[in-house]
Amino acid sequence: MIFERRHIISTKDFSREEIDFILDRAGRLEPYARMGGLDLLKGHVVATLFFEPSTRTRLSFDTAVKRLGGATIGFDSAESTSTVKGETLSDTIKVIESYADAIVIRHPREGAARMASEISSVPVINAGDGAGHHPTQTLLDLYTMRKECRKPIEDLNVAIVGDLKYGRTVHSLAYALSLYKARLSLVSPEQLRMPESIINYLRKQGVELVETPRIDDVLADADVLYMTRIQKERFPDPSEYLKVADSYRITPDTLKGVKDDMIIMHPLPRVNEIDPAVDSTRHARYFRQAFYGVPIRMAVLSLVLGKEA
Amino acid sequence: MASKERELRVKPINNGTVIDHIEAGQALNVLKILGIGGHTRHVVSVLMNVPSGAMVAKDVVKVEDRELEPEEVDTIALIAPRATINIIRNYEVVEKFRVAMPRNVIGIIRCGNPNCISNSNEPVSSRFVVESMDPVLLRCSYCEFVLDKNIADHLL
Ligand SMILES: [Zn+2]
Repeated sequence: MIFERRHIISTKDFSREEIDFILDRAGRLEPYARMGGLDLLKGHVVATLFFEPSTRTRLSFDTAVKRLGGATIGFDSAESTSTVKGETLSDTIKVIESYADAIVIRHPREGAARMASEISSVPVINAGDGAGHHPTQTLLDLYTMRKECRKPIEDLNVAIVGDLKYGRTVHSLAYALSLYKARLSLVSPEQLRMPESIINYLRKQGVELVETPRIDDVLADADVLYMTRIQKERFPDPSEYLKVADSYRITPDTLKGVKDDMIIMHPLPRVNEIDPAVDSTRHARYFRQAFYGVPIRMAVLSLVLGKEA
Repeated sequence: MASKERELRVKPINNGTVIDHIEAGQALNVLKILGIGGHTRHVVSVLMNVPSGAMVAKDVVKVEDRELEPEEVDTIALIAPRATINIIRNYEVVEKFRVAMPRNVIGIIRCGNPNCISNSNEPVSSRFVVESMDPVLLRCSYCEFVLDKNIADHLL
């Protein structure tokens, strides 16, 4: 499997074997994600170009680079770049590729990372483009399921709850889970259902799936409850928003009939979907999930830079 | 009478290309795809709604003194899948072929996603992968937006 100099743009660019390979490597790197001590990226510079702010993702990449002994350069909002002066992304990439050994990019326009990868001579890692892809998020989601569930991913029943229409992370998660043939339960309000094209794709792949607007339909059977945020502005009528926001709120009470080893995940930040009282239950995994972003990004960065662990 | 009428409409050309069997109504879009606009130096004839046995009505475009390459015309298949290309030399059809759907469509169609990077001021051409030919389904190589209807409306 060759990852050196490869761009990481969409989960769809990877086979299941390649994803498993990355997850395995993240597993070996995980101890160093907590304490450092590796120098795989010593002498290397990674640029993190965040044309739209996402402190969490940027810090996660930053941590991954530093735990591997590398250095980072970059910016965390379009305002601090020449973009406001009208510079194109293409020009920015041409400049930065001569400074850095790899480029991590987050951009508000869909397809920006793909375009950057066509220009750049150093590997480009997509850290989110518009409503498009965010492959390292999907990888860390899969890693979390692999680490935190007692069954292999292919035997899981994964309930994905919330905004399935616009949710950046859930489309590629659903796609990746289809590679494993996990069962899917898709829970969303009618107006935020998973796009038809993705549903059709999943069915064609032979994925067993149910769609429902009621979270109660899926709680008892779920091995993973993947919660996402529903944005108020998606609803023309605020009272409609309140209705769904409330029905998708997880509290210690809603967890009464669930499986003992069911885990709750969330890409964070959360708003009201998960009551803080759930944090101390045996089900909560979202903070650990966030931490797993570090070994995943360590794995991806060291692979594209051709550094063996 | 009928042959006289046809003669008037479809005057044979000496050298050039005749694009026949275009879906009625698509002739102007064909010109657009070929990059033929008001400033062309070539003699161009456009016939619209010509009665046709096989198609009820068809459009025909004739470009004089220009021979089109298959790659150049394949994109026409997106809007006129039954079109045929006749290369004429000395009043003779020396080559005749049907348009064939290309694998990629570059720089000809605008992505339907306004937030796509190909719709920004970046120096990139739009690019679509032809995922299915019948029905036509194009996927943007940048943002993965799917274009499957009113493709002619998205011509750049
Ligand atoms: Zn696009």
